[in-house]
Amino acid sequence: MRRKVIFGNKLLPYLLLAPQLIVTAIFFFWPAAEAIRYSFLRQDAFGISVMFVGLENFQDLFADERYLQVVWNTIWFSFWVTVLSMGVALLLAVLADRHIRGRDTYRTLLIWPYAIAPAIAAVLYIFLFHPSLGLLGRALNGFGVPWDYRLNGDQAMLVVILAAAWKQVSYNFLFFLAGLQSIPKSVLEAAAIDGASPSRRFWTVIFPLLSPTTFFLLVINITSAVFDTFGIIDALTGGGPGNATQTMIYRAYVDGRVNLDLGSSAAQSVVLMIAVMALTLVQFRFIERRVHY
Amino acid sequence: MQRRSLLAGSAGLLSVPFIAPSARAQTGAGGRTEIQFWYGLAGALGERVAEQAQRFNESQDRYRVVATFRGSYPEVMSGAIAAWRAGTAPHIAQVFEVGTATMMGAGPAIRPVYELLGEAGIELDPQRYLAGVRGYYSDTQGRMISMPHNSSSAVMWLNLDAFERAGLSTTDLPKTWAEVRAAAQAIRARNAAEMAMTTAWPTWVMYEQMSSIHDVALASPANGFQGLDARMNLADPIFLKQTEMLLEMQRAGHFTYGGRDGGGGAAFPAGQAAISFNSSAGRAAVQREARFRWASVVLPHHADITTSPKNGVIGGASLWALTSRNRTAAEYRGVAEFYRFISDVEQDKWWHQVTGYVPLTLAAYEASKAEGFYERNPGADAAITQLSRAEPTPNSQGFRLGGFVEIRNIIQEELERGFQNQQNAQTALANANRRADVVLRNFERANRR
Repeated sequence: MRRKVIFGNKLLPYLLLAPQLIVTAIFFFWPAAEAIRYSFLRQDAFGISVMFVGLENFQDLFADERYLQVVWNTIWFSFWVTVLSMGVALLLAVLADRHIRGRDTYRTLLIWPYAIAPAIAAVLYIFLFHPSLGLLGRALNGFGVPWDYRLNGDQAMLVVILAAAWKQVSYNFLFFLAGLQSIPKSVLEAAAIDGASPSRRFWTVIFPLLSPTTFFLLVINITSAVFDTFGIIDALTGGGPGNATQTMIYRAYVDGRVNLDLGSSAAQSVVLMIAVMALTLVQFRFIERRVHY
Repeated sequence: MQRRSLLAGSAGLLSVPFIAPSARAQTGAGGRTEIQFWYGLAGALGERVAEQAQRFNESQDRYRVVATFRGSYPEVMSGAIAAWRAGTAPHIAQVFEVGTATMMGAGPAIRPVYELLGEAGIELDPQRYLAGVRGYYSDTQGRMISMPHNSSSAVMWLNLDAFERAGLSTTDLPKTWAEVRAAAQAIRARNAAEMAMTTAWPTWVMYEQMSSIHDVALASPANGFQGLDARMNLADPIFLKQTEMLLEMQRAGHFTYGGRDGGGGAAFPAGQAAISFNSSAGRAAVQREARFRWASVVLPHHADITTSPKNGVIGGASLWALTSRNRTAAEYRGVAEFYRFISDVEQDKWWHQVTGYVPLTLAAYEASKAEGFYERNPGADAAITQLSRAEPTPNSQGFRLGGFVEIRNIIQEELERGFQNQQNAQTALANANRRADVVLRNFERANRR
């Protein structure tokens, strides 16, 4: 016999949900609605004269070839940060999953970078790559490689990608390691007995069984590369040289907080919202189908 | 998970201004009226600002100025604006000089200095202040709108040890750009320093100062002083000459780009750069860190364009009194008293000598001179000389351009593209001109009432 678990009081569930709903409304829906409203307005910094301009903020944005450059920067940056951080993390996780001496120490050390604040991570990379202060930067120039990420856009992009990916490796490593440990030993042993080589075992057994983890990390990494790398870019390059390392979120910050152009900044936020909705949709519609749970 | 990231990422940005902490005035302990003062100077200079407020508090018992460090200049400005929108503006905000036009356009949000002083019955003759400083912060009728606080000018810093190694004179120092180029070449040829020449604040030094010194408008008419309709004037030959010179020097290895804003400033005190350009307020850092003989002199000029260089322009920040609902007359009065206090000759002299900023008033300059301050600290008056060596012309009184922060960045960005060999000087200037004009037009539209 099953007892029905239903609250008699109709109000109680809403009451219990209220804190979460209120937080969501105040901190997520209200600002989002404000962003949409602001994107149709043009106003001075103080908001003293406010003008409705329709879609003009959006038109200006897409007529600006530099904004298209920024969109491309964002795609390029997010792609490489995701590929690098997930690739390296998977490699490290596979290595750390073996029976080696001091395994726990390795694992602990690999998790450290995640605890480092983005600005500090950026400073570390400055000490590595700065052409006159940095260890590697000086060495490169010493070997005759003209290295100066403050002036060379490609080099600047490389440095921010490396820093952002490095920062993300630990997180991915943790999840991959957990994923690897949850694969039943019997499956691997069966494959080994059937004579599958280690690389074949990896690609045909381990990798597919890791796919839920990989998919989860893919979603998280892309979102974090697009939204959560502001600190690293700000501290390392400030979006420069030119606009070489400006991403969409960084440009929205610069236009809103530094240039005090709230209309354009809001329009950019709306573009970002739409982009993420589209991205999430694509991920769940097309990629999730290929995931084995 | 995705939904949360989406909303937090894209919309969280806009929510920031609305949660600025309250800066509402209260009557503090002992019946004193509290005056909130937000400033944007870090480190040693920030300590001096705190000390300045403390000196004021000790000088009287009716008001208490609470000085709070609120991050960098842009952060103080956007923070104060956000606070004003939320009705919790501080009484005084320290706003950097490039924010001047935005603040002046903010009508009901600000209380001009002349109004404040008038209401408080305090008489402060504008003529007491250094011309170059006063002009920057006055309206077209010559009335002071914001209170000069910390002003500097750009000067040329020379590593005299490097000059000696390069076989250059250490007494007859370069005065023109031709001489600077020759010196840089000699330094490079003898490898007397890691970098022959670098600069901090590329736009401020290489464009704004040069425009003023050569009496050429950066934006015409009158650098925006006459209204919102000014247009950029970067097509002028002086800017082309300047840009071509920098690009050529960089290609020849005689000039090293040190990054945007203050980024290039560290190379000089560290002894890496033989010639550098930076704010005169960098003096304290140089004094503390430099392990070599050095000099600070006025900026060079192009001798083929002018033989009598005009005054340079200031940098730094001024104090803006902000309005708020429920703000009492006593509070405004306190702000006025604070203004009077920092303009006092003794206070101003102290401020000038401990910070390296130029004095606000002529009297403090004279007093410092009489004390022999400049004999003990040679070069400390280079900025004052540069600011006061000529009567300001409409082209050299300063800049009142909306979105000036953005315009500075645009010039830096286009210059960086030039340094990367992606475009020549002419294209860089044409692009900067076009982009900066868009900024000016947008500001004009948003602020026309």
